[in-house]
Amino acid sequence: MFDDFFIRALVAGIGVALVTGPLGCFVIWRRLSYFGDTLSHSALLGVTLAFTMEFNIALSVFIISSLIALTLIQLQKRTNLPGDALLGLLAHSSLAVGLVVIGFLTFIRFDIMGLLFGDILAVTVDDLLIIWIGGAVILLILKLIWKPLFASTVNYELAEAEGLNPDRAKAIFTILMAAIIAISIKMVGLLLITGMLIIPAAMARNISTSPQKMVIFSIIGGLLSVILGLFSSLEFNTSSGPSIITAAFLLFILSLFKIKQTIKLKN
Amino acid sequence: MSSNQNILVKLKDAGFKINDKWLVQGVSLQVEKGKIVTLIGPNGSGKSTTAKIALGIYKKIEGAVEKFTNKVGYVPQKISIDWTLPLRVNDFMVLTENLKSEIIDEALSLTGVIHLKDKNLGDLSGGEFQRVLLARAISKKPDLLVLDEPVQGVDFTGEIALYELIKKISDELDCGILLISHDLHTVMSATDHVVCLNGHVCCSGSPTDVAKNEEYKALFGDQASQILSRYEHKHDHIHTDEGKIKKN
Repeated sequence: MFDDFFIRALVAGIGVALVTGPLGCFVIWRRLSYFGDTLSHSALLGVTLAFTMEFNIALSVFIISSLIALTLIQLQKRTNLPGDALLGLLAHSSLAVGLVVIGFLTFIRFDIMGLLFGDILAVTVDDLLIIWIGGAVILLILKLIWKPLFASTVNYELAEAEGLNPDRAKAIFTILMAAIIAISIKMVGLLLITGMLIIPAAMARNISTSPQKMVIFSIIGGLLSVILGLFSSLEFNTSSGPSIITAAFLLFILSLFKIKQTIKLKN
Repeated sequence: MSSNQNILVKLKDAGFKINDKWLVQGVSLQVEKGKIVTLIGPNGSGKSTTAKIALGIYKKIEGAVEKFTNKVGYVPQKISIDWTLPLRVNDFMVLTENLKSEIIDEALSLTGVIHLKDKNLGDLSGGEFQRVLLARAISKKPDLLVLDEPVQGVDFTGEIALYELIKKISDELDCGILLISHDLHTVMSATDHVVCLNGHVCCSGSPTDVAKNEEYKALFGDQASQILSRYEHKHDHIHTDEGKIKKN
């Protein structure tokens, strides 16, 4: 019925959505959308390095994004610049350096559009393994740090006072962010990964009354976006990333009607 | 050395500064099982800072702090919760520890807010939220309770009931309590040890000792000192304290 590449893309997308759902909720709760952007922009540098050194893309992106996250923490300690300026600085510098390096790599044929916006044709069986195994590890670690991470998201001092070690949870979460970007880059493309994290979660916020519900709705929203997006990508021959994100945005708009209803009921 | 085993947290010459400005300095105190230690002092005297030092929230401190338990319940003075989180009272109760439903219900009933269990935390009034905060802290059955202005914004009758509850918890759970309060009347009814702060420990001891202390009088004025001594006469009648009734 469908071609193999499409089945692979679907399986990959479902794997990605299962992980971006819960992580995306934390990105919204902790106000990390720009942090996510910075990490994903730096992923281009990771990709180019992977090509230069014939290294695994996901692993290379993971390492570079983690390094950028560490650099950010150091810069925050050592300069008086505000956080958003530092994020912008790192995001655009690493994107620029990545593009410059691509310019030097004339010996490799580069599908830059696929890199920036995702390409369902590019998903291999190896990628599937990386997404599903990597995704399972990310979810397992997230489950382990859920309590301290969530408690410190609600209130840092309560978590610290009651012995939950929020700083460690935050550091681990940063690594998880780098990891999800690394495994989802082929599907969604590096310019739109943050969209995959925040849009389904934002949709879920509109229709949820508890954190658990928000996580579940966020996963469902992500899954629907991937399925709708990939089918339309196949149908209209568009890049997979923009198609998935557009689907997610449509779901978000639908969720606004639910809010309207709730407000009406309250009044 | 049985008394040593009862110590839950101990501060020795502890101090904390931000940008070279000392918030509090040279504080020594200890909280023992079943005892209530109260911090009093004017605004900016370092009461909350001292509590945060005891809790280990501030890390770069001068002096030493030793904590002998990890079962801690904390009611902070100020709490800013981000309402981007869909959080019900019930979710908030299990924030730092998973608890059985009965235990949650019991704690919420004790502080009189069981009817709010499924409400969104953001929809509560100040006093209601304060009761939820207290319920959360006691529901864990902690060894050490740190209560920073636990009844702020609570109505008058509720305030007395909650202070009685705090006293009862200290007896029943045999936990140590570090309490910060402005209400000298109520504080003194249950406190075992008072530490009067003003950037440093200005005096400390039993409520009676502190009331007689000259530095305390200088800090709070004669009236406050009268409150304490008058309190001594009305040991069992804190509910009907005249000044309080007028205030109501």
